[in-house]
Formats: sequence, C-alpha cells, structure tokens
Amino acid sequence: MTRYLPWIVGAALIALPFVYRSPYPMHILIIILIWSFAYTSWSVMGRFGLVSLGHGGFMGVGAYVTALAWNHGHVSPWLGIPLAVVASAVLAAVVAYPCFRFRITGHYFALVTLALSGIVLQVITATRDHTGGSLGYTPERYQGGSSLWALQFSDKTTWYLIALGVWAAGLFVWNRVDRSMLRYALEAISEDEDAAAATGVHVTAEKLKITVLSATMTALAGALYCQYQMFISPDTVSGISVSLQMVFAVVVGGIYVSLGPTIGAVITILLAEILRIWFGTRAVGWDNLVYGVLLVLFIIFLPKGIVGSLLDLRRRLRWTSS
Amino acid sequence: MGVFDIYLLETLINGVLLGGVLALLSLGLNLVFGVIDVVWICYAELIMLGMYGMYFLYTVYHAPIVVAAVACIVLVGILGLALHTLVIAPLLGAAPINQLLATGGVLFFLQSAATVLFGIEFKNLGLRLPVLKVAGMFVSYSRLLAFGAALIAMVLVYLLLTRTYTGAAIRAIAQDRQIMPLMGVDTRRIYLITSGLGGALAGLAACLLVLQYDVHPFVGLTFGPITFLICVLGSLGNFGGGFVAAFVFAEIISVGGLYLDLEWGYVFAFAFFIVMMFVRPEGLMARRS
Repeated sequence: MTRYLPWIVGAALIALPFVYRSPYPMHILIIILIWSFAYTSWSVMGRFGLVSLGHGGFMGVGAYVTALAWNHGHVSPWLGIPLAVVASAVLAAVVAYPCFRFRITGHYFALVTLALSGIVLQVITATRDHTGGSLGYTPERYQGGSSLWALQFSDKTTWYLIALGVWAAGLFVWNRVDRSMLRYALEAISEDEDAAAATGVHVTAEKLKITVLSATMTALAGALYCQYQMFISPDTVSGISVSLQMVFAVVVGGIYVSLGPTIGAVITILLAEILRIWFGTRAVGWDNLVYGVLLVLFIIFLPKGIVGSLLDLRRRLRWTSS
Repeated sequence: MGVFDIYLLETLINGVLLGGVLALLSLGLNLVFGVIDVVWICYAELIMLGMYGMYFLYTVYHAPIVVAAVACIVLVGILGLALHTLVIAPLLGAAPINQLLATGGVLFFLQSAATVLFGIEFKNLGLRLPVLKVAGMFVSYSRLLAFGAALIAMVLVYLLLTRTYTGAAIRAIAQDRQIMPLMGVDTRRIYLITSGLGGALAGLAACLLVLQYDVHPFVGLTFGPITFLICVLGSLGNFGGGFVAAFVFAEIISVGGLYLDLEWGYVFAFAFFIVMMFVRPEGLMARRS
C-alpha cells in the first residue's frame, strides 16, 4: 500500500482540475505549488547547513530576466527561462565559489548571500526605467491571451498542471540528491570540513554543485511565478524578506524531509489567506506576526519542523509497540 | 536616504557624517556580535521600535526631548535583555545559524507588530533641526549630532571595556567562551549585560535617527542590511574596524549616489562588501577557530 501511495496521490492531483475547477481554490493551489517548488529548491542546499539568504536574489533574477527578455527582446519564455536560469546559475557560482574557496561558512555565508539579495533588489529598483522599479513590472500580454509560444495561459487548469509537474520534478530532484553520493559528501562537510577534505571529499566542488543546482531551481520558480501572475515587483520576488520567507516556510515544514517545504508552503499560504478572508484589510500584518512567533518557537522547540517531528514520533511509536 | 548636492566636497563631508550615523548603528550590533557571537538580524527593528518610542513620547505625549531620549534608550535596552532571555538564551547551544534564523522570526514579529499597532503611515517628530551653511556647503545639523554622539558613545564603550572589571570580563568572554566560565566568570550575567548594552546603543541610534528620517514599520529594512555588513567587514567586535568600515561604506554610498542614483551607491557598497570578503577574509577569520 505505501509503495503505491505516491502514485495514487499523484493521479488524484492530476485528475483534480478535471473534476473541480472553481477559480479561487485553483489559484491558491497553483500559488502553493509554485512556492512549494521554490522552498524545495532552497532546502536542497539548506538541509546541509548551507543557509543562504540570497535565494530572493536568484528568484528575482529568474523572474525579471524572463520578463525583460519577453518585453524588450520579444524572446519567447521558452528561451527566456533558460537564459534566466543560466544567469542565476552564473551569479550563484560567481558569489559562492570564493565563499567556499575561502571557507566562509555558517552565519558569515548567510551574511554574504544577504548582501547578494540586497544587490539584486537595489539593481532592480535602480534600473527603474527598464524594470519599473518598486512599482513592479508586467510582461506584455500576447494578443489572444493564451499562447504556448508566449507561455501565457488564461485558464487555470493548464497552469495547475504545469505547476504540478514542476513541483513533482522538484521533489524528484530532492530525492535524487537524497540518494546520491553528493548527499554523503555534503553531510560530511557540514559536520567537519577538514575531516571531509582529509577523506578525499572535494569540499569546494561539492558545495558549488549543490549551490548552483539550488539557484537554478529557484530561478525557474521565479520565472514560473512571473509567467503565472503576470506581475512581479521587487518585494514579491526578490530581496531579504523573500529569502527569509523561504527559510521560514522550510523550517516550519521540516528541513530534512522531502515534503517539508511543501507542507511549509501549504501552512504559510493558507494562514495568510484565511487571515485575509476573515479579517480583510484589518488583518494587514497579522499573518507575519503569527509567522514570526511560529518561526522562533519552531527553531527553539521543533527544529526538525512539523513533518520531521511527526516522522520521528511515528518511528518512536513503532519502536515501542514492536 | 538623504539629498546629495552637486558638489563633490559637500558629498564627501556628508559622507563622513553619514559614516557617523552608520558607525552609531553598528556599535551595539558589533558588541553583541563580538561578545555573544550571535547575529541579531532584527537589530534594525529594535531601532525602529526606539524611533516609535521617541515619536510617541515627544510628539504625542509632549515629553521633553531629553527625557524622551533617555526613556527610549532604557526601553530599547530592556528589549535587548528580553530578546536575549526569550530567544537567544534557549538557543545558545544550537548552531549559530539557528540563532540568526530565530532572530529573523523576531524581525517578522516586530515589523508586523508595529504595522498592527501603529499603522503603515510615515511618522516624524515634526521637529526639524537647522541646516548649517559652511562656505557655501550645506551640512545637516542632525547628522552632525549623530556623528558626535557616535564618537562619544564609542569612547564610552571603549572606556567601559578597558577600564572596568565587567569590561575585562566581557573582553575575556569574547576571547574564549569555554575557558572563562571555569575562571569564575558568570557567563549568563555577562551576556545579559552585553545584550542590555547592545539594546541601549540601538536606542541611542534610534533617538538620533528619528531626527533625520521618518519612521514606519519597514524602516529597518533600509539600513539593517548595511549595518550587518559594516560589522562583518570591520571584523566582529573590533570597534575601530567597524568605524573605518562605516566611513568607507558611507563614502561609497554618497559618492555613488552623487554620480548615479542612490540605489547604485548601495549596489556598489554591497558589491564592495562581497569583494572585500574575498580579498581580505582574515578580518573575518580572526574570531573563528
């Protein structure tokens, strides 16, 4: 039964839009899937103690390069997204390589990457003649509204299936990393870099691999978000708050389990939506108020997150009952 | 942040004064960072609350400005103590990155608490200090005041650290966290004193910043990141280094803002930080074993 469970759930998720297509819940689901993918991308490297606060920057590059290529160069997102992803990977490598080479780790690494997301945010704001600055930016609508070439679809079902596919691919990558030699190398590195290097692990190369992978996925998430929402602003796709939002969702969901980031996204987005529906504009600020308290409590009491702690609990129960 | 005139010299002088503001901002964080080895990522939000404190005490309740300033410094000092007791102390044994993330949660909390309590409108003291006109150049009086206060505060902190018994204990703890408890130093007490002092310095920065800038719940995001970078660049716990770094950053921001946009000044400052991390990592390595 447990072997088939992922396939059953997957089939149910694919079938969902053909049975039920109310636009608002559909929209929430798509948003949850896209952010789940972004959070999974962060946790791919975050779980090895490589806490980056620069992922807001990678996401911003993904979204803005795609949109700018479309509006200014009339480049199809089919080309624009790979371009954005490559740009983000290069950016990640340029900043991360010296970091790893000179052994900038822990909270120093977090602060360097914080500077990176600061740079991306300020560049977007400073080039306001092209990017719209803090007022945000909209990719031009293709004439008919829906077009495969422009990667713009007016119906939610198509977007749901795309987001579902990308999210599943994200989980697949997470699990592949989980089963690879890279994981063991990175775990060794996060325990003790010198010892890992002494046993023949190429510390810099392994860390660089996972960072570029993570940045690539995050840029893709940014590009998808841009294509779906058709509106991006520096505050929603880049900068320090987005980086912290990623960290927060992953920590709440569970950083060491593949579904953790997804659960984190479900909880945070549903919480924000429920507060918005119940309290309307009076709720401005309340969602972050709750997040803040939750983040502190989780880091102190449940550092493994909800999913991680539940799995631990199940393991312990089985162990006592057998 | 400010308005820069077309003259380079004026820009340079204003840069020096902005450096004073930044140095003052980084002073308290530097102390906490250097002694407890914890990054208060919500440090700028403590300053934001201090600025609100000044606004309410002075503008709404019409307290004399000196009384308001003292109350504000004490208040933020108490916030620093609370932050340490409630959030940092339970996490002292955890990985440093967890402490950083937990204070990230506090950042969210304080920002939205301010949004909920005070609204998102920009508030200011309604008090404008005169602008000095020296040899055809305009120099902001409030910036001059912040510059002077930063110098005085630094000297006082320096005297406290070098001339008193508690100061010696603080420096000893910063040098070796494992050994000092064995030598009879009460680590918990020292950490509390440091956190309170760090908070009080944030309160002092708040009193002087509120003279120049409007306060709103997200004001911390405008100067928070630059404050961390200054502390890291000037190597942690090294006040002289922090001071030099503050002035270098301020000049980059001012001159960059003169020739291009102010945002580009920040871009150059951030890029400069990343490059410096690679060129001179020794300053950063000094405190790690």
